[in-house]
Amino acid sequence: MSRRAPLSENKKAERKLGWLLCAPAALVMVLVTAYPIIYSVWLSLQRFDLRFPDERKFIGLDNYVTVLSNEFWWTAFGVTMLITVVTVAVELALGMGLALVMHRTLVGRGIVRTAALIPYGIVTVVAAFSWRYAWTPGTGYLANLFDGSAPLTERASSLAIIMLAEIWKTTPFMALLLMAGLALVPEDLLKAASTDGATAWQRFTKVMLPVMKPAILVALLFRTLDAFRVFDNIFVLTNGGNETSSVSMLAYNNLIRGLNLGIGSTMSVLIFITVAIIAFVFVKLFGTAAPGSDDGERR
Amino acid sequence: MADIVLDKVSKSFPDGTVAVQDVDLEIADGEFVILVGPSGCGKSTTLNMIAGLEDISSGELRIGGQRVNDKAPRDRDIAMVFQSYALYPNMTVRENMAFPLRLAKLDKATIDQKVDEAAKVLELTPLLDRKPANLSGGQRQRVAMGRAIVRQPKAFLMDEPLSNLDAKLRVQMRTVVSRLQKKLGTTTVYVTHDQTEAMTLGDRVVIMRGGAIQQVGPPQELYDHPRNLFVAGFIGSPSMNFLHAAVEDGKLRTALGDVPIGDRIRRELEGADAPRELILGIRPEHFEDAELIDDEARARGMEFTAPADIVESMGSDKYVYFTVEGQRASAAELEELAADAGADFSGGGGNLVTRLSAESPVQEGEDRRVWFNLEKIHLFDPSSGRNLTLHEGRSAGTLGD
Ligand SMILES: Nc1ncnc2c1ncn2[C@@H]1O[C@H](COP(=O)(O)OP(=O)(O)OP(=O)(O)O)[C@@H](O)[C@H]1O
Ligand SMILES: [Mg+2]
Repeated sequence: MSRRAPLSENKKAERKLGWLLCAPAALVMVLVTAYPIIYSVWLSLQRFDLRFPDERKFIGLDNYVTVLSNEFWWTAFGVTMLITVVTVAVELALGMGLALVMHRTLVGRGIVRTAALIPYGIVTVVAAFSWRYAWTPGTGYLANLFDGSAPLTERASSLAIIMLAEIWKTTPFMALLLMAGLALVPEDLLKAASTDGATAWQRFTKVMLPVMKPAILVALLFRTLDAFRVFDNIFVLTNGGNETSSVSMLAYNNLIRGLNLGIGSTMSVLIFITVAIIAFVFVKLFGTAAPGSDDGERR
Repeated sequence: MADIVLDKVSKSFPDGTVAVQDVDLEIADGEFVILVGPSGCGKSTTLNMIAGLEDISSGELRIGGQRVNDKAPRDRDIAMVFQSYALYPNMTVRENMAFPLRLAKLDKATIDQKVDEAAKVLELTPLLDRKPANLSGGQRQRVAMGRAIVRQPKAFLMDEPLSNLDAKLRVQMRTVVSRLQKKLGTTTVYVTHDQTEAMTLGDRVVIMRGGAIQQVGPPQELYDHPRNLFVAGFIGSPSMNFLHAAVEDGKLRTALGDVPIGDRIRRELEGADAPRELILGIRPEHFEDAELIDDEARARGMEFTAPADIVESMGSDKYVYFTVEGQRASAAELEELAADAGADFSGGGGNLVTRLSAESPVQEGEDRRVWFNLEKIHLFDPSSGRNLTLHEGRSAGTLGD
C-alpha cells in the first residue's frame, strides 16, 4: 500500500457524502444482523437449556469445547464440507458448459435460458419431496429404475442423492452468473486468439477463463456460502439419518428440537465463523482479479 | 509470405444479409492493399473470410496458391490486427507478443529472442513487463502490431488498426505501419475509413460498396480516373463537386455555363437510350481564380462568375465556397456517399468547393470570376453511375476523343 497523500477539501467532502449515502443501509444492516449475532454469541457463552431453565449460567467457552470435541459435530462438518466441495465443483463444470451453450446458441436462446432456469425456480422443499418420492422403493420411478433398491436408507447413496438434488437445483444459477462473465469476453479477443493459432480449448483456457476470472470467483463465492448452509434438501430427503446431517441441521436439531440454546447458538456461531473465513479467503483471491483492477503490480 | 487470391468470393449471413458479393481480387506477394468503403460495405467481412474467422459462402480463397476455404484460422498462418487491439488483459506485453509463438511450440530461447527483436523495432522494450491496462492507446496499438510481426506470418490483416487513436498519433503510426510493411515485405490487407490512410499507405486501393468491388487500382489512378460516380465521390477530400448537366444541342447546360463536349462523348450520347441528363464532376483543385490564368490555360478551360460565400485560407492555398444556381445533381450513389460522410454532396443549387491559389485576392461576399479545367471534368450517367469520360481506363475530360 502506498503512502496516502493528504486528502484535498474536495476529496474529503466527497468521502463524507459517501458515508452519508451508505449510512441508512448500514444502519438497517446493523439493526437486523448485529443484534442477532451478538445475542447468539452471548447465548453461546452460557449453559442454557430450555428444558432446564433454572440451570442457566455463564460458562465462558465451555460450550465451544463441548461442540468442538464432539464427534457428531465433526461428522456433520465433514458431510457439509464434502457436499460443499463436490456440489460446487460439479456445478462449476456443468454451469460452465451450460453457459457456453446458452451463450453460443443463436436460435431459441430465450427458450433454452428459460428451460434451464426451471429447476432454480422450483421451491427447494417441493423439489426435495419430488426427489424423495422418486427414490422411494415401490412407487418412485428412479428407485424402480434401479431394481427397487432404497438408496435413501444408506449413507453413501443418500449423500449422493442429496448432492444430486443440490446440483440439479443450482446449476442454472451458476450458469447464469457464468454467462454474465462470458459476455465480458470481447469477441475480438477470441478472434485474435484464433488467428494467433489457438485451438478451441486453448481459447477457452488461456483467453476466456482468465478474462472471466472475476465472474467465476463471484459465482464460486455465492455458491460456496450457499452450499455450506445446506439444509432443506437434507431435511426432506433423510432428515439427517445415517449420519447425513449438515452443520445447519445439527444446529437446528439442538436449537429447535433439543431446545438447547447454549449448544445450538455455539454451533450457529461456529457456522458463522466458517462462512466468514470462506468469504475472507475468496475476497483475498479477488484482490488481484476484482473487476477494474487488472494490474498485478500496481498494488 | 504469399499471394492471396479471392475468386468470386461471396458471403451471406444466416439472416439473409449478403455482406460480400462475387469479390474477385488478386493480391500479389508482398503487396500492400487497402480496402475502403462506407460503413457496412463488407470490408471487415472480407478480411474475416481471409483470416478464416467467417465461413466463405461461395467462391474460392487461395493463399500461396493453396485453397484454404476450409482451413481453420490457425492453419492459415495469418496475423490480424484489430481496431480494439484485442490484447489479452491478463498477460504482460511480453506474454501477449509471445502468445502466438508459445502456441506454435517454439522453444523459450527463440521466443525470447523474437519478442525482444520485435519489441526493439516497435520501441516497446521498456514496456515489456506491463499489462495492457497500463499502456496508452498508441502503446497498445504497437503491442498489437508486435504480436502480429513476431510470427513472420504469410500475411497481415488489419481492420482499422489506427481508428481508435487521436489524429496526431494516427499520423505517427501511419508511418510506422508503412515503414514496417516495407521492411518486412509481408503481404498486407488493410481496412480503413480514413482517406489519407487509403491514399498514402497502399500499393493499391480497393473500393467497395454494398459488398461489391467498385474499382481496384493505385491510389492516384482511382483519384484521376474513377470508373464511376461512387469512386469519384468517395476518393478525395474535400470531395469532387457534382453538378446537374442537361444534354442540349451537343452541349451540356450546367450551372457553370454551357460546357462543350468532344466527339467521342457526343457519339455516345447520340444513342437512342443514352441519358439526356448527366452529372458533371470537377475536383476542387481544378478551379482557379480567372485573374491568375495564363492564355494557354485559358484555352483549355471555361469561366464563370459566382459569389464567394466563404474563404478559408490554408496558407498554401485557399478553399473558396461559391454558391451556384441550378438543379441539384441527384443519384443513388451521391445519397449513399452523403449518408456515409454525413455531408451534403449535391453540388448543383448548393455549394461549390474550390481550391484556388494562395495569391488569389478573393474576398468573402464578392462576385468572383473563376476558371475551371475542361480536361479534368468527369461526366457520369446518373442511372448507372458510369464515368462517360473514361476511355480505355483514362479520363481526358469532356473534350477528349
Ligand atoms: N453476423 C452477422 N449477421 C448478419 N449480418 C451481418 C453480420 N456481420 C455483419 N453483417 C452485415 O454485413 C454487412 C457488412 O458488414 P461488415 O462488418 O463487413 O462492414 P464493414 O465494411 O466492416 O463496416 P464498418 O466500416 O462499419 O466496420 C453489414 O451490412 C452488416 O450489417
Ligand atoms: Mg468493419
